[in-house]
Amino acid sequence: MKIYISGMGNISPQTTFDNKNFLDEIVSHEGSRLNIVDPPYKEILNPRLMRRMTRIIKMGVTSAKICLAEAKVEMPDAIITGTAMGCVKDTETFLLAYGSEESTLLTPTAFIRSTHNTVGGQIALMLKCNNYNFTYVQKGFSFESALLDGILKLKEKDGENILVGAVDEMTDNSYGIKSHLGYLKEGIKNSLDLFQEKSKGIIAGEGSAFFLLSNKENENNYAVLSGLFMLYKPKSQAEIENGIQHVLSPQGLELKDIDAIIIGKNGNEEKDGIYDDFLKAFPSETAVLGYKHLCGEYETSSAFALWMAARMIKEQRIPKATIIRKSDAKELEHILIYNHYRGINHSFILVSKI
Amino acid sequence: MPQKVWVTGMGTVSSIGLNVEESFRSLCEGKTGIGPISYLDTRFKEEYPLGEVKLSNDELKERAKLSEPIVSRTVLLGTLAAREALSQAGISDVQEYRTGFISATSVGGMDISEKIYQGFLEQGKLEDLSLMGIHDCGSTTEMMADLLGIRHFISTISTACSSSANSIMLGVRLIKQGILERVVVGGTDALTRFTLNGFNSLKIVDKQQCQPFDANRRGLNLGEGAGYIVLESEALMEKSGKKPFCYLSGYSNTNDAFHQTASSPTGDGATRAMEKAMALAGLKADDIDYINVHGTGTANNDMSEGNALMRIFAEHVPTCSSTKAFTGHTLGAAGGIEAVFSILAIQNQVVYPNLFLETPIPEHNFSPITKLKEQKVEHVLSNSLGFGGNCSTLIFSK
Repeated sequence: MKIYISGMGNISPQTTFDNKNFLDEIVSHEGSRLNIVDPPYKEILNPRLMRRMTRIIKMGVTSAKICLAEAKVEMPDAIITGTAMGCVKDTETFLLAYGSEESTLLTPTAFIRSTHNTVGGQIALMLKCNNYNFTYVQKGFSFESALLDGILKLKEKDGENILVGAVDEMTDNSYGIKSHLGYLKEGIKNSLDLFQEKSKGIIAGEGSAFFLLSNKENENNYAVLSGLFMLYKPKSQAEIENGIQHVLSPQGLELKDIDAIIIGKNGNEEKDGIYDDFLKAFPSETAVLGYKHLCGEYETSSAFALWMAARMIKEQRIPKATIIRKSDAKELEHILIYNHYRGINHSFILVSKI
Repeated sequence: MPQKVWVTGMGTVSSIGLNVEESFRSLCEGKTGIGPISYLDTRFKEEYPLGEVKLSNDELKERAKLSEPIVSRTVLLGTLAAREALSQAGISDVQEYRTGFISATSVGGMDISEKIYQGFLEQGKLEDLSLMGIHDCGSTTEMMADLLGIRHFISTISTACSSSANSIMLGVRLIKQGILERVVVGGTDALTRFTLNGFNSLKIVDKQQCQPFDANRRGLNLGEGAGYIVLESEALMEKSGKKPFCYLSGYSNTNDAFHQTASSPTGDGATRAMEKAMALAGLKADDIDYINVHGTGTANNDMSEGNALMRIFAEHVPTCSSTKAFTGHTLGAAGGIEAVFSILAIQNQVVYPNLFLETPIPEHNFSPITKLKEQKVEHVLSNSLGFGGNCSTLIFSK
């Protein structure tokens, strides 16, 4: 059975939300902080509902709405969300509200919204969708877990249109904590220079991307989601190479069949070597593409990469801004996404031409 | 014929016991674990009773034989329960087959991080900031997976109070699809000031011992704990010749899509979850022998859930009870702990009392049982309902 991506909605530090501009006009960010470019929320959301939404809810609900509209699906058979950190701002608001004194005069709003499944629940409320609704919170596997669940749903024939997405937000404080802990790059002027940097640390990002997975053929489909594998704390390079086979073998593919690889290089010299070693397995003519200079590093960033891969397949072109290593390949048939979060959560996603 | 997914082990820690045996004894003796606060550092010590696990973090650490200086209580409770489940299943080498760990939690490492986060937010304190690395839910699962030695597949589900039931459901599906051969599923949640203050702000915490499904119920008591079960594929069962406890015959998750925290008065989401789970199991209403209801003790939950039961079972609601008057509401762990209780009911052909129930809810045509009862228990239905409209039903069958 083929699993198609039939709609997408991506709110990111680039102007990706309208699904028109495909990384032709790039937004560069100063320093190591990449916040999203706000879509015109007022044109997309019901203003009455919007007033009650915090930022992450707006991001999540809006990207889901864009995705559903594009796929022309009003009522998905499941809503599956991945979020590593959940509603950070609401958590902070409530932590401050009860404080060390544990005030008894609290309004429950922030507490209610701090629950991890708030975005998934809000999408259901907006659509009045009574169907299956799960939320995964597994660091660098949060989005991949959601994606796996979506694939299962279609294989189980328990639905035909599955909404799967990821959302994670960066707040002043979560950025501040990363900065104090020394996780961030110091002195980077332009985020687009990420791959020229030889230093420790990352640039922090955020975003929300939703996808409509469907088992139905349709001329508007973007691509086929043809493989997914997660690898937790691999002990050797051989295990990582074995991981690639988990997505290639079932499709009868070999390494040379991959036309482009999207890697999760984030400019942190301590961990980027893993990608360099990984690439050694592939022929030198395979295109290598990056994306974290565009959206920053965050746990669910592979959702941005999936959006990129699906558009590349549909439009049969590679935006210049993503190229790390060029290739002359005329056709983009299979794109492999390989990402790892802090060397712990490794994932492989295979996207193929319909 | 789709393959069956079998339960071969279980483990639990809660205020009524540090393992399965102790918990079952408390259930049979009608002994609640809810009482005055002894461990949680809160100003509400004199005000609210809680279902605390009766050990300090140091004592839990010793019991779990952990040497790490600072470990979230969520991890401590979870590790003890998950290890018991693996040991009951007779699994010593988790690498032998494709083995997964799917854990559920609503607070993760918040018991440790809340003070540090607050210090940073309020005063810019940088002390112990590195411990923020264990704040998120996923990090608690990773630490437990490492302690258990499981690395083939890990995931965490956080859908508020239905989290654990959903992790069990995912485990069954992954085995049915051949992605895993066996999996440890369930959940863990420690008490935190965050949740106590949160539920307090919602004004649904009972200052006395809670009375689920009583006409005069005042709210819920919070509790903590962990509950995990081991699921194995049919092929593995044939290979090992193990005697299983029971199997998962039905499951379903739906959304009430009514309100972020409240259930619809008619219990639409719960009704649909029960219907779908029973349809999947191929069971009719009169096949269900016992229902372990979600039954938190809040005005809204018990009314809505009871109405859902009447929609499905009409005049014949099966024997049912809430065990939350024993353990308190353990949030993300509830579905796991109650799965263990449900399986124990099948093993021992006994159903538990709904403690402290005095006056039945007048709008309902049924009332949970108030005394321990020996009876035929072949099919147990367990409900878990949560924020975000999340409704889950599991059915365990002999």
